[in-house]
Amino acid sequence: MTLTLRNIAKTYPGGTRALLPTDLDIAEGEIVSLLGPSGCGKTTLLRIIAGLETADAGAEIRFKDDDMTHQPVERRKVGMVFQSYALFPNMSVRGNIGYGLKMQGLPRAQIDARVDEVIALCRLEPYAGRAIGALSGGQRQRVALARAFAPRPRLLLLDEPLSALDAALRGQLRDELAALLRQFGITAIFVTHDQDEAMAIADRVAVMSQGRVAQIGTPEALYRAPQNAFVARFVGNSMPLGGRIEGDQLHLPGGTLALAAPSDGMAAFVRAEDVRLAQDGPLTARVTAVTFLGTHYRIALSGATDQTLFCLHQGQSAPKPGETVRLAIAPQSILTLTPEKAAA
Amino acid sequence: MGKALQLAVTLLAAAFLLVPTIQSVLAGVTVNYFQGISSGLTLDWIGVVWELYASSIFLSLGIALACLCVTLVIGVPAAYALARNPGRLSRAVEEFISLPLAIPGLALALALLQLYGSYKGFRMSWTFILVGHVLYTLPFMVRSVQSVLAAIDLKTLEEGAATLGAGPARRFFDVVVPNALPGILAGALTVVTLSIGEFNLTWMLHTPFLKTLPVGLADSYASMRLEIASAYTLIFFVMIVPLLLAMQWASARAQQITK
Ligand SMILES: Nc1ncnc2c1ncn2[C@@H]1O[C@H](COP(=O)(O)OP(=O)(O)O)[C@@H](O)[C@H]1O
Ligand SMILES: [Mg+2]
Repeated sequence: MTLTLRNIAKTYPGGTRALLPTDLDIAEGEIVSLLGPSGCGKTTLLRIIAGLETADAGAEIRFKDDDMTHQPVERRKVGMVFQSYALFPNMSVRGNIGYGLKMQGLPRAQIDARVDEVIALCRLEPYAGRAIGALSGGQRQRVALARAFAPRPRLLLLDEPLSALDAALRGQLRDELAALLRQFGITAIFVTHDQDEAMAIADRVAVMSQGRVAQIGTPEALYRAPQNAFVARFVGNSMPLGGRIEGDQLHLPGGTLALAAPSDGMAAFVRAEDVRLAQDGPLTARVTAVTFLGTHYRIALSGATDQTLFCLHQGQSAPKPGETVRLAIAPQSILTLTPEKAAA
Repeated sequence: MGKALQLAVTLLAAAFLLVPTIQSVLAGVTVNYFQGISSGLTLDWIGVVWELYASSIFLSLGIALACLCVTLVIGVPAAYALARNPGRLSRAVEEFISLPLAIPGLALALALLQLYGSYKGFRMSWTFILVGHVLYTLPFMVRSVQSVLAAIDLKTLEEGAATLGAGPARRFFDVVVPNALPGILAGALTVVTLSIGEFNLTWMLHTPFLKTLPVGLADSYASMRLEIASAYTLIFFVMIVPLLLAMQWASARAQQITK
């Protein structure tokens, strides 16, 4: 199902502008992630789509050709996985998964068949008869997913479904969840503040910052061609090169770098893998720490810019802390972007 | 030494409470109290009580059940509304319905008499006593249910049900009520126990044709021979003690949830 959002904004009663007017289009079967730091409005946007929150006047929400803007939540046929899962403690695993089907008024036999099918799909067979209190966090997460998916919703909405789990489990369940969502073949929106999760699960990622979508695109596009400073730092792990830009020259405390094009008024960024140790490089820096990471060294450098700069170095040996080294950064690997204040 | 003293004090206190009770109970099954146990044991007095006061006992049971129904129908939705809308207004409403707890039963009864005393049909009906009991027991039901509801994330649970297609009524009966059950049970037992045992307010509201169990008890103390009054006390204990125990058990269980 395609989802069309137009002019979605939200001002909470207290006056918090949680969401600035936002447009978003999601294609049939697409999995889109809303990625951004805590408080940027992800949950608000998700809840507006579900119908759990009303948007400010002027909004438009369409599920394929149906105008859903004023439909109550129980008529939207969305499956939602809550951050806290919100499983019904008074029902068993089966009872939870079958609840949405029961609400559709299906005959008992049909409900049972569908519940069995979803239980098998989510590999929940051993736990089907259990009480919710007798499940681990990972099992609860899967029951919540199965419950949301069982009634064949038009759209699946997931609000940080992995954030309640401990770190060790999260990585494993992330890949499982990604595989399951693909298997479901359903249009889905997945909220997270973790960029690895977003990248692993989504076809497209909408990066959010302070109530607006800063950029939306495939993980590769966001990584390689961020359109603003926020996306560069949040998704690309880019480090700011804090200095003065004059035409195509970037003046830094440790030397002057050449830029690919004149970039006055912009902010410059670079990724650790694009910083090279080079005997004839234009930047001077002092090594403050060296970490051996198997395939490469991670070298922390001071003095080149106004903050610590990192360099991923793939040689057989690395300089020692305290040594002075020279660095080079190719002009085309320096990202010049609109500064963050203007972007946000 | 300290332990022994503690034990002695405890036993003494228990004896202080128990001895009159046992004595009274024994009096109810003794042929002649003034001659003592040696006169023999009998169930005759209980039979007499039953003949004289069965209607009081049934009236009390009837009022307690009716009171339970009314407090359930009003109290559970009220507790739900308070739990869903926490705020200053809710707190004010809560204080307001708890007011009868702070007012002596006599004053409450007087207010009811002043307000409705002139409606003869109502004044003479058992529903008049029922209104007094409802006013007195409702806060217990509301508080009991509310404390359980406050301990669960009701809003999110209901939102979960809503996304699965449940309208407001389904959400209330499928999610709210089952999860509030321990609080409802504790509240229900409290309401029934209080209603059956209530004397102050009921004594003011009763008519010669409508005596509840405790009012009948007072009547028997004043006008019957000691053995009959004691037998009546025995019947009252047999009814109220299991209820008290069940109430304590249910309240403890409900409190575990709130933790
Ligand atoms: N019910 C609410 N009332 C008032 N402010 C809210 C409410 N819910 C969220 N907010 C505010 O709106 C902003 C966005 O919140 P949210 O959408 O939950 O962000 P995220 O999910 O990205 O962490 C935050 O500043 C938050 O404090
Ligand atoms: Mg959130």
